[in-house]
Amino acid sequence: MKIAVVQFPGSNCDQDSLRAMTDGIHVEAQYIWHKETSLSGFDAVVVPGGFSYGDYLRCGAIARFSPIMRAVVRSAHDGLPVIGICNGFQILCEAGLLPGALIRNKSLRFVCKPVWLRVETAETPFTANLKGQNVLRMPIAHGEGSYFADEGTLDALESKEQVVFRYADESGNVTAESNPNGSLHNIAGICNEEGNVMGMMPHPDRAWDEKLGSEDGKLLFGSLVESLDPVLSR
Amino acid sequence: MVGALMKVHVVVMPKQSVLDPQGVAVKNALRDLGLDTVDSVRVGKLLELEFKTPPDDAKLEEVCRDLLSNPVIEDYSIRRD
Repeated sequence: MKIAVVQFPGSNCDQDSLRAMTDGIHVEAQYIWHKETSLSGFDAVVVPGGFSYGDYLRCGAIARFSPIMRAVVRSAHDGLPVIGICNGFQILCEAGLLPGALIRNKSLRFVCKPVWLRVETAETPFTANLKGQNVLRMPIAHGEGSYFADEGTLDALESKEQVVFRYADESGNVTAESNPNGSLHNIAGICNEEGNVMGMMPHPDRAWDEKLGSEDGKLLFGSLVESLDPVLSR
Repeated sequence: MVGALMKVHVVVMPKQSVLDPQGVAVKNALRDLGLDTVDSVRVGKLLELEFKTPPDDAKLEEVCRDLLSNPVIEDYSIRRD
């Protein structure tokens, strides 16, 4: 099993994502430069956080036209699991793999702090192991993380259970106070209808060791690995 | 006219339905500075494109839709000078 971690000029969580795989859950992972055109040989893709292309124009707007993104879109349609974290989430939205957009935080401030997330569905390869695990702890670090979509899109996301994570308090209550950026419906992460493409603003790649403050990110990556190969279940 | 460049201005604005916290902050600053009749401010961006030969209209619309704006949150308009 091998996981691809895409590198754009300006990615800065590529190493976190790779280490989460290799050191966090002990799975082979490899960087793939944005000029590459194929994902053959990989079992899943991480589109990591950072500031691809300096966030010029809009976050993710230029990265989505990178050659590797054509391969990501094609592979996603073929069912390959794709997870976009932070800037990766913004890129997946820009690429049309996920609905909606991430806009400037309501506070206009870059927000960098640990948050609590309520898990809304176990029907994705990334959350399959989280049945009964209601609340996760991991950090956010973004200036443009406020999830926006029009009402029709929000209704569809809710009715098809595509909201994967919501900002919540420690007990899992979804409150206005626990919303760090003004995201509609407190949305922190969503998936596509098929469930194989997921984007989230919080960083599981920065939460895979007690020294980092939380190991909850391993639950997501572990879920992914087990869904790819149940034999590796640990 | 030899050598003259044709300018195309693309204006990208946040949709009315999208919260524009930057616009709200600027509005508050304007009021603090005494422009107290200002009712609302929205912050967008202006892109200036220069051409030696006029661009293909359909292609221009395409890049405005696909790259220069995000139709989920923004509207664009094209102005040819």
